[in-house]
Amino acid sequence: MPTMNMLQAINNALDIAMAEDDKVICFGEDVGVFGGVFRATSHLQEKYGKARCFNTPLVEQGIIGFANGLAAQGSVPVAEIQFADYIFPAFDQIVNETAKFRYRSGDLFNVGGLTIRTPYGGGIAGGLYHSQSPEAYFTHTPGLKVVVPRSPYQAKGLLLAAIRDPDPVLYLEPKRLYRAAVGDVPEEDYQLPIGEAEVIKEGSDITLVGWGAQMEVIGKAAELAEEQGIACEVIDLRTLLPWDADTVAESVFKTGRLIVSHEAPLTGGFAGEIAATIQERCFLYLESPISRVTGLDTPFPLVLEKEYLPDHLKIFEAIRESVNF
Amino acid sequence: MMTEYVHQPRFMTGDEFSIDTFCLLNPEGELYQGASEPALERDHARRLYQAMLATRILDERMMAAQRQGRLSFYMQCTGEEAAVVGAAAALDDADMIMAQYREQGALMYRGFSIDEFMNQLFGNELDYGKGRQMPIHYGSRKLHYMTISSPLATQIPQATGYAYGQKLAGDGHCTLTFFGEGAASEGDFHAALNMASVHQVPVIFFCRNNGYAISTPSTEQFAADGIAPRAFGYHMHVIRVDGNDALAVFEATTQARKIAVEQNQPVLIEAMSYRLAAHSSSDDPSGYRSKDEEEVWRAKDPLLRLQKWLVKKGWWSDEEEASQQETLRREVLDTMKRAEKRSSPPLDSLISDVYADVTPALQRQLDQLKRHIRRYPDAYPKGAKSLDLDVDSANHSQGGA
Repeated sequence: MPTMNMLQAINNALDIAMAEDDKVICFGEDVGVFGGVFRATSHLQEKYGKARCFNTPLVEQGIIGFANGLAAQGSVPVAEIQFADYIFPAFDQIVNETAKFRYRSGDLFNVGGLTIRTPYGGGIAGGLYHSQSPEAYFTHTPGLKVVVPRSPYQAKGLLLAAIRDPDPVLYLEPKRLYRAAVGDVPEEDYQLPIGEAEVIKEGSDITLVGWGAQMEVIGKAAELAEEQGIACEVIDLRTLLPWDADTVAESVFKTGRLIVSHEAPLTGGFAGEIAATIQERCFLYLESPISRVTGLDTPFPLVLEKEYLPDHLKIFEAIRESVNF
Repeated sequence: MMTEYVHQPRFMTGDEFSIDTFCLLNPEGELYQGASEPALERDHARRLYQAMLATRILDERMMAAQRQGRLSFYMQCTGEEAAVVGAAAALDDADMIMAQYREQGALMYRGFSIDEFMNQLFGNELDYGKGRQMPIHYGSRKLHYMTISSPLATQIPQATGYAYGQKLAGDGHCTLTFFGEGAASEGDFHAALNMASVHQVPVIFFCRNNGYAISTPSTEQFAADGIAPRAFGYHMHVIRVDGNDALAVFEATTQARKIAVEQNQPVLIEAMSYRLAAHSSSDDPSGYRSKDEEEVWRAKDPLLRLQKWLVKKGWWSDEEEASQQETLRREVLDTMKRAEKRSSPPLDSLISDVYADVTPALQRQLDQLKRHIRRYPDAYPKGAKSLDLDVDSANHSQGGA
């Protein structure tokens, strides 16, 4: 099985999708001959032509507006927003148009073919505007699906599933892992399920939930806890909307303790949604308060990035506090 | 493009260019001198006019119904029927139309029945949109008319994308998108035109410059000479047309369509007209414009102008006008009565179409809601009826809009 980094896995998924279906069209800023600023679309224009892989003018609202129309027409657009920090000019097109297209027309029209790919997250010295994790703005929007992969293998399988999903998908790529994450990725076509979390490590003492790049951090914290004799169950949510509450609740019935971690700020973050749902479902099984280990309620900093981020030590401390509650 | 190097600074404002207005019919319904009649056959011309007339009558009756409290909201196309129907008549019926919200005339032209209009207006169980959107948010897949959404200008870049797909499909179709001169201030407008020009897309941007965005006059909307000069900045074909002259709109759009479909190039059309009615049933224009101003434009009624031309051609008559009006008024009233009586969409339609398939989480929310409605059926008459629960008959009178 070949080894790929996350960018190669994403590129490979796009290649497979474009080869299989002429209707798949990739576009965005610098996506054409250059292959994207991170090179996720490398060689796709060469292989499939300028009509199916191309640069757009620098206008996010235009990219998504165009993508919505193209999807409504029956094509399968994969639109790239260069950084998730720059998705906001397209917010209206995503929230008021993409998400509501099927509902408002009574299913006469839909943009289910649309996938929006965008790199998110910190840890790359990107400061305020190349580090944000804006998932919670979109998880508050019925009609969208929000998917975040944690590894090259996951990235390929989930992206192929997103492109073929009958609903529009916002696909958030953890850019810190683009080249840092390397792993075995099958050459052939495969899909991973959207809407299903994955238990990536079983344990009986406490449940740790996250997604994307945070899974690596959570994994390190779990190792530290393991050395102290605390058995962690680690769950990758993979899809944030619609999210798999059953898998998390099943786990908490067993462990009685839950920590949710994300890079985005605490207040209004998606961890709050998980905490609220799980306390409703598992109230009598909880041994300690559900805790959230997240970024601070500040814009994303630059020099003090390490201090801001919810790293493995902060999670480890939260594990100790929960277990000793 | 080549630029010339000069050694003294010279600023330009755009006043170096002027954009003329294309018109064919004078207010008496006669061709201007030097104007050629468009290739419009008798049946096609009659279809165009009849759609304008049906739109006028539907609008009059439904605004009256709104005033009587039978309908929650309404918007009229009045005064702009020539612009809207004239453009639709120049398209192939399978071309996509992506409208703003005041273009029911185009849908009328395509053959949307009065019943279909009425079901949407009353949001009943036969409404294609399942009662989810306010009145006038029509859509029809079979008639290639994209469902309306309230946010302004969002349809413009979507039209660019839709037309790009049509170009790749290669079946010779284009997209026409309608919008007002107010919506043209939105960023989406500029994004759409630039992308269409860069990517060589068969799309027609049809601006209805009707003088007002709710209360804001166009003089406070832009400083330049209307919307048309913006095309220069995108290197796009552009034409300004008298929007109350159905023949001129038809001819301009026919030629625009040729450019779009044969050369894969976008075109901007600015149709100069006037919103004779209020912005919507919630608006009162007396607060921001004079009756005198309205009278000037009432005299330029686009229906009268085309009607006079048709009568001169012998393709229409006063008798036909009278009987057609009578028939339409009766049909509107009859269908309204039917539509009002139809049931609301079922409770389950609250959660369908959010996604292609209902998610387990949404199903749980609906189940919880149903338990609640069973406990308090009187408070939710439509939902309770859908669940076949007994509801006080007093609550029924609240149904409808």
